[in-house]
Amino acid sequence: MTSNNSHFVAPIEETPLLATDTLKTDQAPLSLWADAWRKLRRRPLFIISALLILALTIVALFPDLLSTVPPNEGCELANSEGGPSAGHPFGYTFQGCDIYSRVIHGTRASLSVGVLAVLCVLIVGVTFGALAGFYGGWLDIVLARLGDIFFALPLILGALVITQLPVFRQNKSVWTVVFVIAVLAWPQMARITRGAVIEVRNADFVTAARALGVSPFGALVRHVLPNALAPVIVLATLELGVFIVAEATLSFLGIGLPEGIMSWGHDIAAAQSSIRTKPEILLYPAAALSITVLSFIMLGDAVRDALDPKSRQR
Amino acid sequence: MVRYILRRLLQVIPVFLGTTLLVYYMVFALPGDPIAALFGDRQPPQSVIDTLRSQYHLDQPFWVQYGIFLQNLFTFNLGNDFTGQPIAATLARVFPVTAMLAVEALIIQAVFGVAFGVFAGLRRGSWFDSTVLVASLVVIAVPTFVLGFVFQLVFGVQLGWAKPTVGANADWGNLLLPAVVLGLVSFAYVLRLTRASVSESMNADYVRTATAKGLSRPRVVLAHILRNSLIPVVTYLGANLGGLMGGAIVTEGIFNVPGVGNKLYQAVLRSEGPTIVSIVSVLVLVFVVANLLVDLLYAWLDPRIRYDQ
Repeated sequence: MTSNNSHFVAPIEETPLLATDTLKTDQAPLSLWADAWRKLRRRPLFIISALLILALTIVALFPDLLSTVPPNEGCELANSEGGPSAGHPFGYTFQGCDIYSRVIHGTRASLSVGVLAVLCVLIVGVTFGALAGFYGGWLDIVLARLGDIFFALPLILGALVITQLPVFRQNKSVWTVVFVIAVLAWPQMARITRGAVIEVRNADFVTAARALGVSPFGALVRHVLPNALAPVIVLATLELGVFIVAEATLSFLGIGLPEGIMSWGHDIAAAQSSIRTKPEILLYPAAALSITVLSFIMLGDAVRDALDPKSRQR
Repeated sequence: MVRYILRRLLQVIPVFLGTTLLVYYMVFALPGDPIAALFGDRQPPQSVIDTLRSQYHLDQPFWVQYGIFLQNLFTFNLGNDFTGQPIAATLARVFPVTAMLAVEALIIQAVFGVAFGVFAGLRRGSWFDSTVLVASLVVIAVPTFVLGFVFQLVFGVQLGWAKPTVGANADWGNLLLPAVVLGLVSFAYVLRLTRASVSESMNADYVRTATAKGLSRPRVVLAHILRNSLIPVVTYLGANLGGLMGGAIVTEGIFNVPGVGNKLYQAVLRSEGPTIVSIVSVLVLVFVVANLLVDLLYAWLDPRIRYDQ
């Protein structure tokens, strides 16, 4: 037997495995983020929600592009509960104000409260959670118990009490609502961050960085945190929707934004009196609110699917 | 297990004390003089003011007031509110109504959420699964108070299937519509959680083994897939009980249910400190105990939890 015909299996050049097994060594491996981005771009859920959010952002920044009527001016009681007319496609509220203009101008309050509250929760929650998870010990115990105290107050319940404090009663603004939401919502973010940091804390690359002389804090900021961010980002996107609902609910109850700021929650509360005669007055701001929340929840859902390794194995 | 229970019980105490202290402090700092509010426009004699102040311990320092409050809370001697009604009697009147509402909502979301979730999870990728997923996103996105008004209008006013407002006589039938509204958002979460959990455990080795040894499909689904998938769902349902009691503020307002949420909202608008603190403390206690029970249940269902400690 010669060595030429001693193959018992097909030579590798002839198998279909060749195409699969070849590694493109000149190409950098995809990071978690690049991989997630590639997955996201192909998901219709992500494309729809991203386009919706882009549109909402433009409306929030430049409401005058879409509505020439100022929301609080030109209200004529003669128009009370009036139907649609030229230039006023949604009709009029009980007070005779243009519904279309009010719906357009309400976008800004919802989005700004949502975004600012998420930023505050991220700053406080990620800081506390990362420190507690990385250093452990008494700091972890104290922060965990502190978080439990705020966690035991359901959001609306706690907000009802906090907004009645003299400081908040006298100067109501976007910031008071943001503060109330952030105070009650940071523990969940802290818990998620803490869990993620503990998972990464003992990874080999962290040990290697420490062995090379990186300080503990440097290792936390430069090596642990970037690798623990995935669950944090997923929670932040989902919470944006939740916080927008919270702002509308608080404004609806009359303890949220001050009357001067346009908010869908206020308009829905005001439309209560017309619900039997003209339910449309309630439905327009309610639809705007629901679509806004839906787009953020859809975005969060898509981002979670892209970042969560569990859901990748189909 | 006993050590785990003791440890969790000990953790409850600082949380309860901290939360009540926080609420008590904030209510103590509430604006307005409640005694002055009691008399409206009339100016009462100073002696009457002083008597009332000492009766409600308003003349004592903050820490003494908090101590008296805690002592009263544990002896369930909650005193009178500012209209002279005993707070304990008010709580005994409003809590059963809200408890009924919350339990009804909990049953609705558990039964329908698990049922839809299992069907969707078993047929992952089917049209039923996709429809249910999109529908649940929409349900999550519509705020409870919008849902409340729409249901009230459609089922209460236009179709006449239920009474639009509940009023004084709250029973299981009257509370059905508000309970559906209250439970609907969590129903969507239960559904998604069950679906994810079921479709994950469908590929588990023990399910393959059960099928390979010749068990019937219903038996595999009920005894092997469902039982293991329910662990996270049970956890969510228990933790959600406190949220339901708090979220009842909006639902009870819309449907005029004479429950805890309604009472609390009125008390806040009237700055009735003692009533607010009593209601919130009991709610926090319910929430903390529910979370404790869930943790214990979790440790019992999944032994890995307690052996980790």
